[in-house]
Amino acid sequence: MKRLPKFLLSAAMIATMATSFNAVQAATPPDTLVHAWQIDDIISLDPAEIFEFSSSEIAGNTYERLINYDVKDVSKIYGEVAESWTVSDDGKTYTFKIRQNKKFASGNPLTAEDVVFSLQRAVILDKSPAFILGQFGFDKNNVKDKIKQTGPYELTIEVDKPYAPTFVLYCLTSTVASVVDKKLVTQNEKDGDLGYNWLKTHYAGSGPFTIRDWKANEVVVLERNPNFEKKAPLARVIYRHIKETATQRLLLEKGDVDIARNLNPEEIAAVSKNPDIKVDSAPKGTVWYLGLNQKNPNLAKPEVRKALKYLVDYAAIADTIMKSKGEVHQAFLPRGYLGAINDTPYKLDVAKAKELLAQAGLKDGFSVTMDTTSRPETTGIAQAIQSTFAQAGVKLELIPGDNKQTLTKYRARQHDIYIGEWGSDYQDPNSNADTFAANDDNSDNAKSKPLAWRNSWDPGPLTAKTRAAVMERDAEKRAQMYKELQQAVLDDGPFVVFLQKIEVAAERKNVDGFVMGPSFDTNSVAQAKKN
Amino acid sequence: MASSIANGGGGHSALRFYLTKTAQFVLVLATTLLGLVAVTFFIGRIVPVDPVLAIVGDRAPPQVYARVREELGLDLPLIQQFWVYLKKAVTGDFGNSVLTTNPVMTDIANTFPATFELATLGTLIGSIIGIPLGVLAAVKRGSLIDQVVRFIGLAGYSIPIFWLGLMGLLLFYAKLGWVAGPGRIDVTYSYLYTPVTGIVLIDTAMQGQWDAFWDAVSHIILPACLLGYFSLAYISRMTRSFMLNELAQEYVIAARVKGLSEMRVIWRHALRNAAVPLVTVIALSYANLLEGSVLTETVFAWPGLGQYITNSLQNADMNAVLGGTLVIGAAFVLLNLVSDLLYRLLDPRTR
Repeated sequence: MKRLPKFLLSAAMIATMATSFNAVQAATPPDTLVHAWQIDDIISLDPAEIFEFSSSEIAGNTYERLINYDVKDVSKIYGEVAESWTVSDDGKTYTFKIRQNKKFASGNPLTAEDVVFSLQRAVILDKSPAFILGQFGFDKNNVKDKIKQTGPYELTIEVDKPYAPTFVLYCLTSTVASVVDKKLVTQNEKDGDLGYNWLKTHYAGSGPFTIRDWKANEVVVLERNPNFEKKAPLARVIYRHIKETATQRLLLEKGDVDIARNLNPEEIAAVSKNPDIKVDSAPKGTVWYLGLNQKNPNLAKPEVRKALKYLVDYAAIADTIMKSKGEVHQAFLPRGYLGAINDTPYKLDVAKAKELLAQAGLKDGFSVTMDTTSRPETTGIAQAIQSTFAQAGVKLELIPGDNKQTLTKYRARQHDIYIGEWGSDYQDPNSNADTFAANDDNSDNAKSKPLAWRNSWDPGPLTAKTRAAVMERDAEKRAQMYKELQQAVLDDGPFVVFLQKIEVAAERKNVDGFVMGPSFDTNSVAQAKKN
Repeated sequence: MASSIANGGGGHSALRFYLTKTAQFVLVLATTLLGLVAVTFFIGRIVPVDPVLAIVGDRAPPQVYARVREELGLDLPLIQQFWVYLKKAVTGDFGNSVLTTNPVMTDIANTFPATFELATLGTLIGSIIGIPLGVLAAVKRGSLIDQVVRFIGLAGYSIPIFWLGLMGLLLFYAKLGWVAGPGRIDVTYSYLYTPVTGIVLIDTAMQGQWDAFWDAVSHIILPACLLGYFSLAYISRMTRSFMLNELAQEYVIAARVKGLSEMRVIWRHALRNAAVPLVTVIALSYANLLEGSVLTETVFAWPGLGQYITNSLQNADMNAVLGGTLVIGAAFVLLNLVSDLLYRLLDPRTR
């Protein structure tokens, strides 16, 4: 409500528009793009804290980062706020030159001071995504020495070890490295909070759009940033929180929203027959997998792990339950990542699975439970897996639960089998290798708890190999190391990766230029328009 | 409640009645709320969901997790946590929701009016149509009308509201285009008025934004009719049975013998007496709707209290759940009081 007065200006504009519509007209204004999306995951608008799907997309459209990657070819990294950068010979110092004449939406000039402040701030606040920067040896005590301004338009970042440069650079493309308006944020600082309590619900960026309003569980409104160089064609973008997918479909078909973001496979099939609607999709850096807890003595047998990999009907899941929302994928690195293995060696093979189970001394199968969130898609996949497991005598009991409840149990490693998704935290292969193939301490009180830990798996030499891969500065050698890591997990790991997630958006025909990238913060409305 | 009325009956003065009533109300309110808070609090802490997850997500490093856990006070013993909460609640500080980052009471002030608007309209529709239907069914007992009313009631009980809501949208919104779609108001109008009461119909009307008002009407009409139908199903059944009871009383026969018109006998005499228990029925059904009909709110993308509390519960956002429970509890107690007072107006014997 506090933000409303600001709105009165634009309201006057909308008012003139409104009179040209009659009350029953079901169409969104021509300069406004309206999404129907489940946005109840947003808990903050501060880029130092944003780590959820919908808020990442909002940050990606409203903030800029030092550098970013090309969504069509992720190996191409380009400067966003940065004009150029160099890496020192010892591989530890990165020097960035900032573009001049850039301005924030507030009108304040954007300089190296803002970039340094933003990165230091993210490390000092130490919210959930801060580890993406923290892994280079920064903490609140040393960050002011490690990330330094060296000129009005120049800064240096000094990392603790000579990492693979792509690793460092990809991490700097994350949302957490967004550039915030130092002057504006500092004006709203209270009790040394670095403006956190204010920025949680406000905006201080330089991206193509500004955040005008956020009503939790209801709506987010973006408005064109007049100071952005390449002006956005749309005047505003509205994200409406529509929980029910059937409702999203009705709104889309009626033209009350322009894009529906959460349709299920049947609804996608239905709307794609509508001549006014087109369907767009993009593979995401997220894989679906089963986690087999090694505390369960049966699942700890290598033959059983392998047998279960032969007891999933990959093709059927991708073609029916997850039609258009997933493609078969079996390695832990999603397609598009450096070194990703795209071969799919496993398919449903009951005879082979039975043979493996017999070798493990489980000729007649065994009983095991699987914790399943009650979302329709997860339940559908779980039931399909239950039926194929049964063909080899493996009795799978499904334990339905709410998302957070199942996750709580998984994190305490009290499950047998867990079914879920894993999205990469950043665009570099280390993000997934670090969690699927490394586990420094498998004890109950371990400090770090990657997915390997959650499934009580000690990957042995793979941990050291993962640590080495992140230091390899030769891209080709590095890719080869990740291939070997994936192969080892494919052969023997406690993960049955079965799908790579595809994000689908159903759009009205007149929508043009909404781009979906591999991560949510690369879903862009910057050049979207309506014809 | 009924027994307290009986005790208070007799020749007491009206003033004394209202004084006792007020004291009683405050006492009931306080104990109800305290009980509610205690039960909700402890259930909330037993639920196997980790509230820290809602804030830090699944990826946070251990030190971030531990810090937030401490910030939430979850490292304290349960009893101490409860005491801390109570102490703050008494001063009006119900904490912040972790999901929306707002103070819980701000969130409720934002969501409750949406539910209130819908529930009030739904109850009005349910009563205005349900009572005459019930009366008609009682008077023409066994006739076709009675059967039809019975069918309407039965259908209202048994059809899932979720399905009916979607079908309603499909027909009246998608196919016929008679009403507007899900949501409270079109995007085009949503910033034309300043929220004062939070009740869109009242805000737009008071600010003379008639286009926006009619748009809001076209949005609320379908969900309100839907909720109206469900309360109608209940109200008409109850009206019928209360009326049957009254129509069999001697005073009705006496009235008829006196030669009063059938209309007068039914609507003035019998219904007047049936109205007393009916008030409780309507109050209960109203209170039910005020809790927020989660399914209706979900189908119609209605940002009300039901969705808010459900979402909070699923994320173990306990401050929000506790705040919501308190508001609903208070609403129940208040409605009980109102129906008590109405009893007194309607039934001279209780004075």
